[in-house]
Amino acid sequence: MSQDIFVVIEHLRGQIADVSYVMLAGARQLAQNTSGKVMAVLLGHNAQGLANSLAADGVLYIDHPALAEFTFDAYQLALADLIKAQSPRAVIFGHSSVGMDVASTLSAKLGAPVVSSCQSFTADGKFVSQICGGKIMAEGDLPGPIALVTMVPGGYKAEQGQSSQASEMTNMAAPAMDGIRVTLKQYIEPDTSDVDIVKEAVLVSVGRGIQNKDNIELANELASALGCAVSASRPVVDQGWMPTTRLVGKSGKRVKPKIYLALGISGAPEHVEGMGDSQVIIAVNTDPNAPIYNIAKYGTTVDMFELLPVLTDKIKQAK
Amino acid sequence: MEITLSPLSQSFSKTFFTSLYELKDGERFRTCLQCGTCSGVCPFGYIMKFPPGKMIGALRAEIFDQVIKADSVWMCISCNACSAFCPSNIPITAGLMTRAKEEMLLAGNIPTELQAAMENTQRYGNPLGESPRKRADWAAGIQPEVNILSKTRQPVDVLWFVGDYASFHSRMQSATKALTKILNALGVKFGILGTEEFSDGDSQRLAGERGLFEMVAQKNGQLFKKYKFNEIITTDPHAFNAIKNEYPSLGIKYPVRHYTQFLAERLDQLKPMLKNEIKAKIAYHDPCYLGRVNGIFDEPRALLAAIPGVELVEMSHQHMNSLCCGGGGGGMWLDGFQWEKAHTRLSEWRVREAVAANAEILAVACPYEPPRFEDASKTIEAAGQLKVREIAELLAESMEA
Amino acid sequence: MKIAVPVKFVPDLVEELTIDSGGAALDTSWLRLIINEFDDHAVEQAILLKERGGGQVIVTMAESEGADDFLFASAAKGADQLIKLTGDFSSSNNHALARVYADLLKELQPDLILTGVQAHNDLDGSVGPLLAEYLGMPYVGYVAGLTATGDKVTVRKEYAGGLIAEIDVKLPAVLGIQAAEQPPRYVAYSKIRQVMGTAKIEERAVADLDLSGGVTVSRMFQPEVAERATMIEGDVDEVAGKIVGIFKELGTL
Repeated sequence: MSQDIFVVIEHLRGQIADVSYVMLAGARQLAQNTSGKVMAVLLGHNAQGLANSLAADGVLYIDHPALAEFTFDAYQLALADLIKAQSPRAVIFGHSSVGMDVASTLSAKLGAPVVSSCQSFTADGKFVSQICGGKIMAEGDLPGPIALVTMVPGGYKAEQGQSSQASEMTNMAAPAMDGIRVTLKQYIEPDTSDVDIVKEAVLVSVGRGIQNKDNIELANELASALGCAVSASRPVVDQGWMPTTRLVGKSGKRVKPKIYLALGISGAPEHVEGMGDSQVIIAVNTDPNAPIYNIAKYGTTVDMFELLPVLTDKIKQAK
Repeated sequence: MEITLSPLSQSFSKTFFTSLYELKDGERFRTCLQCGTCSGVCPFGYIMKFPPGKMIGALRAEIFDQVIKADSVWMCISCNACSAFCPSNIPITAGLMTRAKEEMLLAGNIPTELQAAMENTQRYGNPLGESPRKRADWAAGIQPEVNILSKTRQPVDVLWFVGDYASFHSRMQSATKALTKILNALGVKFGILGTEEFSDGDSQRLAGERGLFEMVAQKNGQLFKKYKFNEIITTDPHAFNAIKNEYPSLGIKYPVRHYTQFLAERLDQLKPMLKNEIKAKIAYHDPCYLGRVNGIFDEPRALLAAIPGVELVEMSHQHMNSLCCGGGGGGMWLDGFQWEKAHTRLSEWRVREAVAANAEILAVACPYEPPRFEDASKTIEAAGQLKVREIAELLAESMEA
Repeated sequence: MKIAVPVKFVPDLVEELTIDSGGAALDTSWLRLIINEFDDHAVEQAILLKERGGGQVIVTMAESEGADDFLFASAAKGADQLIKLTGDFSSSNNHALARVYADLLKELQPDLILTGVQAHNDLDGSVGPLLAEYLGMPYVGYVAGLTATGDKVTVRKEYAGGLIAEIDVKLPAVLGIQAAEQPPRYVAYSKIRQVMGTAKIEERAVADLDLSGGVTVSRMFQPEVAERATMIEGDVDEVAGKIVGIFKELGTL
């Protein structure tokens, strides 16, 4: 039984996912409270090099061909084995398509409680989770003896979890990978024939508040006048009103434009994950209590359908 | 926006047509002369692959499945022009259109926006998806305090059925407050249902949701039974139409009037209060369900004429052949769909008519209209100065101290 | 193929959420419950699979206000069996719920279990992977689209940036649905009413709940905002003008 904090590093096709750094930063805070070490857990195949930028006290590396890319069975077998053997105080996963697949599974398997959507830890080692579309925060003591945690970004900056100094790596044995039931066939690339919203300096983004496909025309006109692109939140894409290439958010793209104009977007965490790092967010939402106002620099509750044509006109005049 | 529907069989066509005969005045479908008046007077007739007359033709030819596939039915905004002008008096809107929409809904064929409006009505009691707890928020802070019947339980003379858009829509709330002011000035003892109120359901009914309509109607009916009042007045012609013409068949029968009728009756009392001049040419838009369907044309005009300084002008479509704003009968929630087909809005057409009539103010008497016409006037250059006002707003403005 | 869809209700975010007097839980007096959006998609995906390849769809949930309406609506969409779990779920958590579903599903032996990948009120993990482990089945989450072929399914798993992974999963399995292949279909109210007369909701009583593995919340609160947005005042014209100013200031005009 140790007081160490493990962080399950997420990587996809040779790239460390940002959430890994956020987790390391959170782990550092927690470790201060438990007086344990921050240990990065890296699973992969010939992936040692990925450990270089991780800010951790040590790296536990498990190599196996079955771990080359993330799949459910291989990862949960390796992690269950490791956690049982090492008994850390806590294991942090990303609240993501990787972490969420295995965190709860391991909770059931090991009888260890799992805390969801944790955004940060307090100075006295409590978890603070963000739930209900970002409207409610839930705080509590870190359960034990081993706590599993899925983390969402927002509480720490990725830079806090990065380091230029590689930490000591320990090779751990992989368990027998018997009974694998989940296999990766192939990756399907996102459509690159469309505009790459990641490269835009300004984005005009539409959310549920746009109400129907035809109103998007108003956003298109503004974007035209500005010489930028239109992006969208999940509800708009799900309805088929905009292609998935324009999706900003957890399941879409991560953008960091200079200006992000959020039209009729409530600011739910899944969307904020994709645009929270924008330099300046201007939110147009008639609901003064919309969570978007918590991260926006400027806001207005005027009706967007009234605003857009007037704004487009003024932009044209200003150019 | 694609509607995918597994093709209806030809046998559906025949059964459907037969079922129409069972409806009120349904026999008249047999007497269609195929004269084409309905198609000609239909505001979207020129775009539909199967305008009303051709739909009846398709029924006779048992190829109604083709009509369904062509989506012509969803271009119908239930304005009732076809029915009003049909020389055989066939109930085209209430009979054919509404029933066709019902069938499409049962088959799961429904434009997304409309789906949202229906699901919101079912869940929140209003198509806007607003929390019912906020339904009476517009009344907050008004003095004297608006009588919310569930709280005060006082008997009143008038139950004012406020309605969805008048309660929730930010543009409409000023008109609702204006009407409150007028009723108070006239010393009317009124009460509202407040947060208990459900959508009147008429537009949902016309858009094909008979089941949903009956559900909300019955809920409203139960509320009416709880309180003591002599008559109901409505802000919305659709609510007026529902309570007057549709609720009785569900056993809910109360005397009901649209607010313009109620105020016109009190014109002697009201006129001296209209002190401020509103010097303007005003064109009054006859809402479909007040004018064409229920024959109320004069009262709203009388109210406007009573305001000092007002000069009434008529648009080229008025009274019986007034042009629908495109909002009723589900049209409010078919905008995106209809835009994709037509690339024009009826509200824009109407605004152009107001401009052509040299109107400075377009006066309306239905909560769907101010937002629709204001939106439309923004996209039309010549309409830059045109103001859109609910009659209640104009009266209140004229009354202002 | 026998497909089971365990679903749950969550607080409706249209209503304002408030904390109760204890300070560690939501005030339930004004709480309105609504189907977890992802579970709604799971039902839709199950119906689509049935329409494509035949089979049976079972929808199950814990009793709650509105549960009957939801189950009947599912039947109207094509669900074959409706099971409502009865008991006191007021203090339930995902672990308890997953255990209860596991007991039921061990009996029903479905080939495939679809459930929403998460719910916005999840605090102790998500039901899908918990259920999978209690049943000893594999789990893949963030599924948006799948095809069933014999004893396996091929799923499309979503990653960030629009990347999709095509993954084979041996049946029986649990899948966490992110989005169905089409948005949840509409059911006319009269159809739901009709179904209320013909469909039956089976009730299964649940004994005590096993909450172990759950999380204790000591404090619930609305997020304190360090720096809330500066609201731009004025009418539409003034606001637009100020926004142009902001664009100019940042050198993007």
